[in-house]
Amino acid sequence: MEERIAQPAAVAAPPTFLRANAEAIAFVVMAVGLAVAPFFTYPLFLMQAMCFALFACAFNLLIGYVGLLSFGHALYFGWASYLAAHAAKVWGLTPELAILTGTATAAILGLVAGSLAIRRQGIYFAMITLALAQMMFFFALQAEFTGGEDGIQAVPRGYLFGLIDLRNDVAIYALVLFVFLGGFLLIYRIIHSPFGEVLKAIRENEPRAISLGYKTDRYKLIAFILSAALAGLAGSTKAIVMQLASLTDVNWPMSGEVVLMTLVGGLGTIFGPVVGAFVILAMQFKLSVVGEWVLVIQGVIFVTCVLLFRRGIVGEITARFKS
Amino acid sequence: MSADIILETEDLTKEFAGFAAVGGVDLRVRRGSIHALIGPNGAGKTTCFNLLTKFLSPTRGRIVFKGQDITAMQPADVARLGLVRSFQISAVFPHMTVLENVRIALQRLRGNSMDFWRSRAVLDQYNDRAMALIADVGLTEFTNWAAVELPYGRKRALEIATTLALDPEMLLLDEPTAGMGHEDIDRISQLIRRVAANRTVLMVEHNLSVVSDLSDTITVLTRGRVLAEGDYETVSNNPDVREAYMGVGHA
Repeated sequence: MEERIAQPAAVAAPPTFLRANAEAIAFVVMAVGLAVAPFFTYPLFLMQAMCFALFACAFNLLIGYVGLLSFGHALYFGWASYLAAHAAKVWGLTPELAILTGTATAAILGLVAGSLAIRRQGIYFAMITLALAQMMFFFALQAEFTGGEDGIQAVPRGYLFGLIDLRNDVAIYALVLFVFLGGFLLIYRIIHSPFGEVLKAIRENEPRAISLGYKTDRYKLIAFILSAALAGLAGSTKAIVMQLASLTDVNWPMSGEVVLMTLVGGLGTIFGPVVGAFVILAMQFKLSVVGEWVLVIQGVIFVTCVLLFRRGIVGEITARFKS
Repeated sequence: MSADIILETEDLTKEFAGFAAVGGVDLRVRRGSIHALIGPNGAGKTTCFNLLTKFLSPTRGRIVFKGQDITAMQPADVARLGLVRSFQISAVFPHMTVLENVRIALQRLRGNSMDFWRSRAVLDQYNDRAMALIADVGLTEFTNWAAVELPYGRKRALEIATTLALDPEMLLLDEPTAGMGHEDIDRISQLIRRVAANRTVLMVEHNLSVVSDLSDTITVLTRGRVLAEGDYETVSNNPDVREAYMGVGHA
């Protein structure tokens, strides 16, 4: 039989060392860059940015790799930071246990919210996540232990494992860097795991995945819980670093901000949310002189991205790199 | 129910706002046979498929597969019992390679699909089996292609390879040769005959030469009801069928 075989697109060019190891190289550059960055800019800014970057990566796991738009991710970020702050300040737990408390809280919240939301698709899914997040925002506003408008202030950084004083600038920076890189690698691993393959299949063609016998709701729920827990890890760490848990982190604009970061950086790219978080945060920092106008500028960037650069910063660069 | 009936429906009915897309269908599929479901457009063939695989819930009636009542089951569970379907539009994972498509099915069967902490390199253990399945449907030289790049006929072949990876006892094929050229139709027909050697196939098909060529039993549906049943000879000589299906009254 005659066969006409076109050149497959998948194996277009022979992969060079650079191409084949692009992700590993980018990771090393990022890790080294972050390790030396405190010599050049404010460590507190960098630590905060790393927390937001991890938050955005966790959010991206859901939107970019499962195709689920959660519009209430501040719920996990914010509530984890409350619980971590409370655990450190009131219960007197060591920072690693406080962070663990916050992360576990976010995982449980993710289990509850996820179970309710994954029964619906698309916009309804987003609305349910938003509604639940708003409900929990009002709870945070009213509850005694969250401190209402004041938040939980003067959270002690404490001694890591009861040994290392985190008031030391190097120690706290090293901790945040470790948490961020660890969380980032975990997300990378999840995406490139057997579980990640199934997530990809579900995103590509859910009815077909079901017809192959996959209980797709279960996979989506696990992805949701992982995303919520990692968002919680970011929120808890931020509470220890900034020594503060406040309403800002649990309110809906925060849920919107993480969407913006992910979109600007590149949805569904592994490094995109990191770049997006740093860009947005740097912008807020540099433009703080213009006050509320920063929101208008953010809005313009958002619209520009959606209209012109759908793939985001990293997505555009990768596309150029490939072609 | 007799032992050599693998799938049976009783008064299977699906109504959409009072309109019976499928009305009281009693279907019996013999184990090991190739059974075709034919009928004019809108006869309820695809609805019937969706009911059998639980992608739709019946308004009334019962479905029994391998002696087990599956009427109230979830679609994924039905697949796990060994009743696996294909779709009218080709059901591949478009941006995954041919190899990855087949591996997704193997992975479900052999476990570790929930492992989010392991590298996907563990999936390489399925490569040999996947390659054998891919070779079976004549796709070896396309192994590393993204499914979306494949010509239409090849996509159907890939879909069948993926389905076969689950080694299902019974296959439901929804118009396996729809939209194909001659050459592809022959290839798919041969493939269906080959895979049916040790399993049961129920298919919806429009191409009558494929139907006559492959099927042991044919059920003709029209307006959601069974009009006739039997082998090709019996069915094609049935005057009601000639009237309703082929549009020729009294030839």
